[in-house]
Amino acid sequence: MAELIVYGIVLGSIIALGAIGLTLVYGILRFANFAHGDLMTAGAFIAFFLVTGLFPWLGIPDTTFGSLSFGWRMALAFPIAMACVAVVSILLDRILYRPLRLKRSGSVILAMSALGASFIIRMIVLILWGADYRLYRPGVLRPAIQLPLEIKIRPDQIFLLLVVLTLVILLYLFLQRTKMGKAMRATSDNMELARVSGIDTERVIIWTWGIGGALAGAGGILYGIDVQLHGGMGWNFLLPLFAATILGGIGNMYGALIGGLVMGVAQQVSTAYLLPTYKPAVAFIVMIVILLVRPQGIFGGRRA
Amino acid sequence: MEIEGIIAYLVSLAIMAGIYAVFALGLNIQWGYTGLFNIGIAGFFCIGAYTSAMITTPMPTGVYAQYVRQIFGLNLPFILGILGAALACGFIAFLIGYPTLRLREDYLAIATIGIAETFRLVFNNEHWLANGPRGLMGLPQPLQGLVDPRHYNYIYLPIVLAVMVVIYLSIERVIRSPWGRVLRAIREDEVASAMSGKDIFRFKMQSLIFGSMIMGVGGALYAHYTKAISPDVFTPLYGTFIIWVMLMAGGSGNNKGAILGAFVVWGIWIGAKFLTDFLPYTLKARAPYIRFLIIFILLEIILIHRPQGLMGEEKRISKMID
Amino acid sequence: MRVLEARNLTSGYGETDILHDVSIKLDEKEIVSIIGPNGAGKSTLLKTIFGILRPSQGVIELQGEEITGLSPDKIVRKGMSYVPQVDNVFPSLTIQENLEMGAFVRTDDYRDRLQEVYALFPLLKERRNQKVGSLSGGQRQMVAMGRALMLDPKVLLLDEPSASLAPLLVEMIFEKIVDINKTGVAIVVVEQNARETLKISDRGYVLAMGRKVFEDTGKAILENKEVGKLYLGG
Repeated sequence: MAELIVYGIVLGSIIALGAIGLTLVYGILRFANFAHGDLMTAGAFIAFFLVTGLFPWLGIPDTTFGSLSFGWRMALAFPIAMACVAVVSILLDRILYRPLRLKRSGSVILAMSALGASFIIRMIVLILWGADYRLYRPGVLRPAIQLPLEIKIRPDQIFLLLVVLTLVILLYLFLQRTKMGKAMRATSDNMELARVSGIDTERVIIWTWGIGGALAGAGGILYGIDVQLHGGMGWNFLLPLFAATILGGIGNMYGALIGGLVMGVAQQVSTAYLLPTYKPAVAFIVMIVILLVRPQGIFGGRRA
Repeated sequence: MEIEGIIAYLVSLAIMAGIYAVFALGLNIQWGYTGLFNIGIAGFFCIGAYTSAMITTPMPTGVYAQYVRQIFGLNLPFILGILGAALACGFIAFLIGYPTLRLREDYLAIATIGIAETFRLVFNNEHWLANGPRGLMGLPQPLQGLVDPRHYNYIYLPIVLAVMVVIYLSIERVIRSPWGRVLRAIREDEVASAMSGKDIFRFKMQSLIFGSMIMGVGGALYAHYTKAISPDVFTPLYGTFIIWVMLMAGGSGNNKGAILGAFVVWGIWIGAKFLTDFLPYTLKARAPYIRFLIIFILLEIILIHRPQGLMGEEKRISKMID
Repeated sequence: MRVLEARNLTSGYGETDILHDVSIKLDEKEIVSIIGPNGAGKSTLLKTIFGILRPSQGVIELQGEEITGLSPDKIVRKGMSYVPQVDNVFPSLTIQENLEMGAFVRTDDYRDRLQEVYALFPLLKERRNQKVGSLSGGQRQMVAMGRALMLDPKVLLLDEPSASLAPLLVEMIFEKIVDINKTGVAIVVVEQNARETLKISDRGYVLAMGRKVFEDTGKAILENKEVGKLYLGG
């Protein structure tokens, strides 16, 4: 059980990366971005292209770092892929969502557009890479370290937790210390007032998509490192992402972080009693319970 | 032979388009007239199909019982299968609507996606329920003794179209009643419709149930057309989103538009298949993704450039309100 | 010197005009009040002047430059700030962060300005790291006004600053408005609380049914029995 909880925290920290981006977008633009899971897929596969396609061609060495399952290729691919997903995310906004926003379309139309976008991303991934499961580095041994309480953990997973922790701290500093970060929080509080204060809300929106996209991309890559890649992986993340966002309270970044961890642990612990394929259903059930009991989320947030 | 083959092909196309039209009509009640964002149509598709399948098939016996497991098998007529499918979907709709219809509109969307995924997982993993991933086969077809099985589609097409027309007429009737007017008032502006929250909840719930029952009928029609169903049919793509594209393309809030959209989009879908047949062999396996890509780009274009769809919302109805 | 002038404004929401052919002007260092019954179009007038609503007719000039049709974030850079009646603070931000947001468009060092605003509202300085969501109504109103002052505007538009405040606080807010005015900011204030407002106003406009029905000095309006009876509740 202790081991399942640890694995839950690993999975949960990946979910949290996605949920934080989702809640930022949700808080500012007030629509359910159903494409968020597929931004994770996009990140995972952009990194896959770099690690298995471009970088070998460029002659970047294939050695791994110590007992980790990856090396320089991934270290380089990680930030590049994050940046690419940020760009994809911003482009989706410019091409698909912004025209609807300017026409004052309802939040449901925007959500529908996001659904369309999610399938467009997924189909492009499936067309390029097919429906097979992929690994960044097939055939590599992935030894585990034995911890107390019969917990086995792979060095990759420890690295993964450190990456998530770093990203969350960076985001925290950005939101608390920088002018743009504060403007993002202000816009999330009250977009109309942000506008009359002179805040360039369109720029804030671009930053929000960029950061949300980059974090989702990072989450996708980390999942690819920890488990595997698949064109449909984003869809499987969709329910846990929304459950974590609703649990933490919409627009509440810290809530999304906790919500993500809770969802990860709930999903992993459920495998002690249920088939692992039921994980998305577990996320769904938890979400329905939250909606029934406390629709504004555990930590408050925007009104449900 | 050539001509005969083409006609048979067109008939099979029309049957699927007609079944999808039934789903689009059900969705039109929820989205077009009430503004409910149900993106878990596949869940109702699935429940409708399985319910009717198990009502109309006998419980497997003898050797079959070793290979086919299902929770019940009633061996009742087709018409009762359809009714059962509608009732089951109505009940599920109530269960989903209860926690979500009072909340933000997008919560219903997330909940319906969740329920659709959950059903698919349950039917896939619980073998005792409906034979797991292998699904159910050999479903009976209405009036199947009348003609050679090869020509059965010529009987099933009129049945599908008749069901579609009956549903179309009853929605048209209902939507022009005071009940339908209230629905549109809710969709336009919940506050201005000057009702208590409790009433709005009740009307939304009725609309959700009504639309979902029609989807159940669609599921049943599908099951008895293909005679075999398995959980992998009811994916979000085939079971939900293609129907959304149909309704958006035809014109939400317009029943004729819903039917037109179903036939047009199904035509495009099949047409795209002919195009992808020209692809080199290595890409053949990925052809469905290219077809879906085309469909979803179409959706985005509709949303931005022609949100009213091909036909737009019927104005006649609003004149009758005034 | 004329700092703000609106001529023949007709405006409203969507197709419905609420404001009809209203003209007002504001001179340097003036306080001008806009009073009138509920639904007279007072808030609509302010929103139109600030570019939140687009007038279907009329011209708005700020310090001699036409600003008709400009968006609020452009107008705010030209030296006019606006405090909405409700939702006029960022509740999850601290007091200081709220004020910083008021200075968002500034790229220079605004720390001096921050100290000036704190000098006007010493209480805000004391609690500068407190979240605004936890403040009382009167304190929030001070944050809202402080935010609007961060750009050192020539003109300040206040929409019902005393709405839903306790009487003691109303008096305090009006004192603050006079203090702000003394620092050289010309102010247009929309108010339900007509008598209190007119006492501190140089001039006033009375709006009813979306039209201007009366204008005079604050003192003269207060003394006008007929206007008092019709629009100021006896």
